[in-house]
Amino acid sequence: MSGTTRKPIPHARGEERPFFEAATDGRLAIQRCPECGNMVFFPRTVCPHCRRDTPEWMDAAGTGTVYSFSVVVRSAISGYADEVPYVVALVTLDEGVRLMANIVNVAPDDVRIGMPVRVTFEHRGDRAGEEIVIPQFEPVGSAP
Amino acid sequence: MIPLEQVAIVGVAESEIGKVPHQTPAGMMAVAARAAAADAGLSLDDVDGIFATTPYHGVTVTTLSEYLGIRPRYYDGTDFGGCSFILHLRHAAAAIAAGMCDVALIAYASSQRSDRGRLVSSSETSAYELPYGAVYPITHNALIAARHMHDYGTTSEQLASVAVAARTWASRNPRAYAREPITVDDVLASPMMSSPLHRLDCCLLTDGGAAIIVARRDRVVDTSRAIHVLGAAESFTHRNIVAMPDLTTSAAAVTGPAAFEQAGLRPDDMDFAQLYDAFTIGPIIELEDLGFVPKGEAAAFFAEGRTQPAGDLPVNTNGGGLAYTHPGMLGLFLLAEAVRQLRGESGEAQVPDARVGLVHGIGGALASAATAVLARPEVRAA
Repeated sequence: MSGTTRKPIPHARGEERPFFEAATDGRLAIQRCPECGNMVFFPRTVCPHCRRDTPEWMDAAGTGTVYSFSVVVRSAISGYADEVPYVVALVTLDEGVRLMANIVNVAPDDVRIGMPVRVTFEHRGDRAGEEIVIPQFEPVGSAP
Repeated sequence: MIPLEQVAIVGVAESEIGKVPHQTPAGMMAVAARAAAADAGLSLDDVDGIFATTPYHGVTVTTLSEYLGIRPRYYDGTDFGGCSFILHLRHAAAAIAAGMCDVALIAYASSQRSDRGRLVSSSETSAYELPYGAVYPITHNALIAARHMHDYGTTSEQLASVAVAARTWASRNPRAYAREPITVDDVLASPMMSSPLHRLDCCLLTDGGAAIIVARRDRVVDTSRAIHVLGAAESFTHRNIVAMPDLTTSAAAVTGPAAFEQAGLRPDDMDFAQLYDAFTIGPIIELEDLGFVPKGEAAAFFAEGRTQPAGDLPVNTNGGGLAYTHPGMLGLFLLAEAVRQLRGESGEAQVPDARVGLVHGIGGALASAATAVLARPEVRAA
């Protein structure tokens, strides 16, 4: 991580908070609707499938595959600009939902669509005295 | 279905485009609005419905009404992303049919080139996306392009051919921002931005404004230049890219068939298509989803030159967002070029005997969509 510029720190509010609180504990939290059984991501107060209340939180297995990815070569984003090239990916979890992450601990040229990946956690910084941790993904089998 | 047979597009104009440091977005909209009204044989005093949105103003319709000194009786500031103005056309038809206004002004402008030389957008980034360094909207379109390549074997050379075609059309358009022809190799040699998209796979970043006037048929001054709307539709698939069900299928798969059905026409009937080309992958997916070619075949369609001036489906005949102009939101400029083509006013880029054409816009990263099928007035009479 760069010592001079900070990467963006998400500002989680309301129902967004449990996802980031779980990450602080080293858990990847997603939602499952107790009424219709569908998995939900991004987290919501109302299930987008059956419109009932408050999908319940559960821990994902933390494994999935790369659905698509891009190697970012030009970036003006704080903290990322001096780390090009880096990989931004959409990862489909084994539970079926998809999320965005960087694919880390691998050379960008070695990333492939369909590659099995597993979650890892990055301490991103502090916001208002609170530690913010974000999920990232790395190839299954990469050194811990 | 929204009744379209009571309205016509009667006025079209653009402000100066490219670099316009001497005018604000409101100023460019005002210039374009006045010219569009004049083009319609009307004046701004006739405007009693206003449709506009920009990232510059909290409530663009009041900003522009105040600027122009008009007090319309109908206001619609719907922001649906870059295709908003194609949606506004449909909404204006509905408002006119409902008696809520008679003469509608649709306007847009941006000074993003002069401001910072970067996209000016009011789009927020979700907490789940913000931490990952995705460069909006390039990386998002790159993710879409990468998946299309994976699923259908689309190549970087084929993506580049979309930009090559845009320049070929732009070379015939004296108003175009980038008129020098380029080759596939030029695109591939341009700097990689966010793989697989190179700099020349990305649209221009310009200033510019546009306006159109939509009127009830009994307010049409010159019926020979009035352009009719035969079909129109709007839809969406997602707001956040993580929620896009299939990265290679856009909402055009809904709006295309709906607009064609309302028009009673098929893709084969179109004399041209004006397709939103913020990135080279856009027109490829749009052409497939709209039904012009089967899924996975549009990249070859572009690479074979079939959208170029001598091709069987002219696409983006002014050079589009890749070569003509792209002031942040392109929708109104797509409509303007379609109207010029149907009037026979596109000069060296004129498609011979253009009678019916399609306009398709997107918003966000292939997230929202609006489609319109436009025609010369005699088409429906025939």
